[in-house]
Amino acid sequence: MATPTMDKLAALEADNGSHLITVTFRIRRFNPEISEEATWEDFQLEIDPKERVLDGLHKIKWEMDGSLTFRRSCAHGICGSDAMRINGKNRLACKTLIKDINPSKPITIEAIKGLTVQKDLVVDMEPFFQAYRDVMPFLITKGNEPTRERLQSPEDRERFDDTTKCILCAACTSSCPVFWNDGQYFGPAAIVNAHRFIFDSRDEAGEQRLEILNDKDGVWRCRTTFNCTDACPRGIEVTKAIQEVKRALITRRF
Amino acid sequence: MKIHKYDTVIVGAGGAGMRAAIESTKRSRTAVLTKLYPTRSHTGAAQGGMAAALANVEEDNWEWHTFDTIKGGDYLVDQDAAEILAKEAIDAVLDLEKMGLPFGRTPAGEIDQRRFGGHSRNHGEAPVRRACYSGDRTGHMILQTLYQNCIKEGVEFFNEFYVLDQLIVEEDGVKKSAGVVAYELATGEIHVFQAKSVIYASGGTGKFFKVTSNAHTLTGDGQAACYRRGLPLEDMEFFQFHPTGIWRMGILLTEGARGEGGILRNKDGERFMEKYAPVMKDLASRDVVSRSIYTEIREGRGCGPEGDHVYLDLTHLPPEQLDAKLPDITEFARTYLGIEPYTDPIPIQPTAHYAMGGIPTNVEGEVLSDNTTVVPGLYAAGEVACVSVHGANRLGTNSLLDINVFGKRAGIAAAEYAHTADYVELPENPAAQVQAQVENLLSATGTERVSVIRKELQETMDANVMVFRTEQTIKTAVEKIAELRERYKNVSVQDKGKRFNTDLLEAIELGNLLDLAEVMAVSALARKESRGGHYREDYPNRDDVNFMRHTMAYREVADGGKDSIRLDYKPVVQTRYQPMERKY
Repeated sequence: MATPTMDKLAALEADNGSHLITVTFRIRRFNPEISEEATWEDFQLEIDPKERVLDGLHKIKWEMDGSLTFRRSCAHGICGSDAMRINGKNRLACKTLIKDINPSKPITIEAIKGLTVQKDLVVDMEPFFQAYRDVMPFLITKGNEPTRERLQSPEDRERFDDTTKCILCAACTSSCPVFWNDGQYFGPAAIVNAHRFIFDSRDEAGEQRLEILNDKDGVWRCRTTFNCTDACPRGIEVTKAIQEVKRALITRRF
Repeated sequence: MKIHKYDTVIVGAGGAGMRAAIESTKRSRTAVLTKLYPTRSHTGAAQGGMAAALANVEEDNWEWHTFDTIKGGDYLVDQDAAEILAKEAIDAVLDLEKMGLPFGRTPAGEIDQRRFGGHSRNHGEAPVRRACYSGDRTGHMILQTLYQNCIKEGVEFFNEFYVLDQLIVEEDGVKKSAGVVAYELATGEIHVFQAKSVIYASGGTGKFFKVTSNAHTLTGDGQAACYRRGLPLEDMEFFQFHPTGIWRMGILLTEGARGEGGILRNKDGERFMEKYAPVMKDLASRDVVSRSIYTEIREGRGCGPEGDHVYLDLTHLPPEQLDAKLPDITEFARTYLGIEPYTDPIPIQPTAHYAMGGIPTNVEGEVLSDNTTVVPGLYAAGEVACVSVHGANRLGTNSLLDINVFGKRAGIAAAEYAHTADYVELPENPAAQVQAQVENLLSATGTERVSVIRKELQETMDANVMVFRTEQTIKTAVEKIAELRERYKNVSVQDKGKRFNTDLLEAIELGNLLDLAEVMAVSALARKESRGGHYREDYPNRDDVNFMRHTMAYREVADGGKDSIRLDYKPVVQTRYQPMERKY
């Protein structure tokens, strides 16, 4: 049963990885030990276009310039270390294949916006995690604990499934124009994580969390630009989650 | 240099470290030192599930789970530890649920369970549904839930602090832990943490292989810190190769895919596991499945023009089931291979996955300095440790279990010890070794590059000490590693700065990988039998007479400073289960 995708599989298997192309990585460099000014630096590299942007960054670091600095760990989109601005869009370097971002032109890579750059692509994540901690991101229940598990229907479990996928990479928050202009705004990631508990049928602190998000720096700052939804590497419907929190604030039903 | 004082210091903030931190923070003043932000830890990459005989969907009990664990480990498991693992599994899952973990649910609202490799009903009769899961991101949900509860408990984290040395002081002939020395990534500053208790929970060492499911950061830092200070490493020859890594990349595709009904096929479309494991088929233990895959490949039934992989076939499963139960791994296939798992089989090959061996501990998590002697104040839990609950081969879902059961135990034991013990006095110049190491690397002008040596190491490990081993291949690896360790002395880094110097850290990590690779190869050379994940083609049978024993590897330093490895052995604890031939 040949299908168009079967042909893709055959093509994939026939590929011995010898189709290298030359690409330019144009990287925003910053190292205050050397200069207070950030500068763009171009690197030319030979690479298989099916490789990840992270592979390209490693190639530079390992073969050309060891001082190029970025965070990474799992290299397959689970740990959330390597969110960066690639061709003007927030993405994970390990989930972005070079062939998908028009390698015929220089690929621009810079740190995510709205958080202080510490060196090259590394930013200070502390304000981001502070906002996360501020929404009380843990289950809160009252009364005695049951001996076995708390019961939860598959439907109730499904209700908040989307927002459990968050890996705290900050791609959403650092793509938000409101966050760029005002670092006090909680930002989409914190709201996503509040949503994860507000809509968990086991949780009993929804009211408290909603009050936190009702603050002047809370959900009402969201201008519904959908940047966050576009940026999320986990495919979370971030803007929808924020809208659901806004609606819950109006109706006090969740 | 800064000096800090805590009751308990935990090294690592993955599942084991954070589970320990939740307990120890309630009981003692605790600091968690982690080279990554906690949520970046590789526990988050675990997918399929966490085993516990809850019996929510079919008959099950913890004795069956104990037996499966022992059999899965090819009888090298310490049976007292396996009993604890299986018995405490039930509370470990319920603890996580109460902390908020969003498990998959049955129609009745209980925690749902799925099948997984090697887990069986009544001592091997048929697969049993024992793995509690949250889609195919169970590890992600465990990591998130534990981090959330660390925030709730006010756990104090030192993020991006690399522990580079374990301080051991001998008092009255007893080796004791005095604390650790750490390097702060942001500033390059060196910190000494004096602590009554230290818990290592710093994860595995898979990055000495090329095709691996492990993160770039899994470089055996905890194992190396202890080993260099004269503590033994146990059973390092036993490394697990997970059957289903994405071809060439090694990215993990969960065994849960086969638990949901996925089938392995060769180039003829044959379900080849029926030949090798007639009862459990695709759900035999991982060592068995990985060897079967390579047997198919070697005998010319591999797929693709090079015949170097096989297929994981999910195409007969309804798309709704894939979307609900396996959303992440199907997305990996789309993202990284550009194929559609609804209609195409996924090219896979075994991928280096998990270190069964590590820092030897007893069931309380206390580290041993020989076969029986405890190092007061020193603990280890999770992949860095060897209790040994995994023996020669770990069962799928038992590592998420291990980190919760033994992370909790170590956290409690370490905090309680801190209440009764005094600080061990720091040695003179406690940071001297780390200072010298950092300064030497920063000032070095050698011609060797870290990335070149690392690549050669990974290639030799893949070629010589993977699924199939012989005396010849292992000797080749031993010689190559010795050469690379020599060349490593001539390595230099380009970044000479203090701020976020990841170039320097990669050089230090490579030093750890080289030392541990040598321990692994030397231990493997001496084990002239086949057991679990260690398969010797020149000794294809298990030899219980000579090798039913744990390997203990010690670093010895001669007067001239030259180091070598001394191997010793430790008996296996057997309680109820006599070794039998292992069939699936």
